[in-house]
Amino acid sequence: MNTDTHAAHADHDHHGDGHAHGTFSTYLLGFVLSVVLTAIPFWLVMSGALPSKQITALVIMAFAVVQIVVHMIYFLHMNTTSENGWSMMALIFTIVMVVIALSGSLWVMSHLNSNMMPMHQMPGMN
Amino acid sequence: MTVAVNPSQTGEPLFYLADEHPHPEGWSTALGFWIYLMSDCLIFAILFATYGVLGGNYAAGPAPKDLFDLNLVAVNTSMLLLSSITYGFAMLTMQQNKIGQTQMWLAITGLFGAAFIGIELTEFAHMIHEGATPQRSAFLSAFFTLVGTHGLHVSCGLIWLVTLMVQVQRFGLIEANRRRLMCLSMFWHFLDVVWIGVFTFVYLLGVLR
Repeated sequence: MNTDTHAAHADHDHHGDGHAHGTFSTYLLGFVLSVVLTAIPFWLVMSGALPSKQITALVIMAFAVVQIVVHMIYFLHMNTTSENGWSMMALIFTIVMVVIALSGSLWVMSHLNSNMMPMHQMPGMN
Repeated sequence: MTVAVNPSQTGEPLFYLADEHPHPEGWSTALGFWIYLMSDCLIFAILFATYGVLGGNYAAGPAPKDLFDLNLVAVNTSMLLLSSITYGFAMLTMQQNKIGQTQMWLAITGLFGAAFIGIELTEFAHMIHEGATPQRSAFLSAFFTLVGTHGLHVSCGLIWLVTLMVQVQRFGLIEANRRRLMCLSMFWHFLDVVWIGVFTFVYLLGVLR
């Protein structure tokens, strides 16, 4: 059974799909980093350590981005070579789509909100 | 399609890809499943965008500050994070062909996942009991849709996990089961990534607002 598995692996090695496997230490490192990157934003919000809400919001968003990257690398084993780079390609395409969908929606709708005054505030109405 | 007849005899060029060769079963599963996860990511992106647009429309109803208990969310987050690392241990023991330990780590992962769902349902029940139902305001509709979709994914992951545990018990760590466990691993870690977005943008920024 075991030799069969290895033979199968050797057979399709030229596809370059050697999915990276983690080791105990990389999983543990990823976990510790995630705990730290989760604990700090929670603490910042719950204690109100930073003087301004805007700064706190920006800082916790930065922590979220870093933690997503940590998860991608240590838990999902993303790298530029797995599947001949196609998984990275799919990821980059998805990130582009997500950024367009999120920023586009928020941008358009906030402008819509600020340009659509409630009826009773409009001069000449009512 | 008319192609030169009997190319082997006439020495005509071959009209099929020369590197077409049999592939071992499941050789493209990892990439295919990754592309599925990326499409799932787009679903969540749209739900996040909806929440971002509607998240401030309370309709004179309860606001995030009145509803969210960050201590509970922190516990919930740690449940999902712990289940991620225990699933990682299941994958490591799987690579060492230790069926018993793999099953044990999968079971622990399942318990953490079930705890996550349990806490989330308790939170939902509490909110609905207080009148913060999905019908109350646009904010609550968007909230329940986004967080509920994530919870539904985790629930499906739990069903999948139990199914795979039965599979491993019956057939052992065969190549097919390894592949399935690898797919669930990607699914599980992906849900943890989505949860990072949920606790940051919905809960933390909601309380901050």
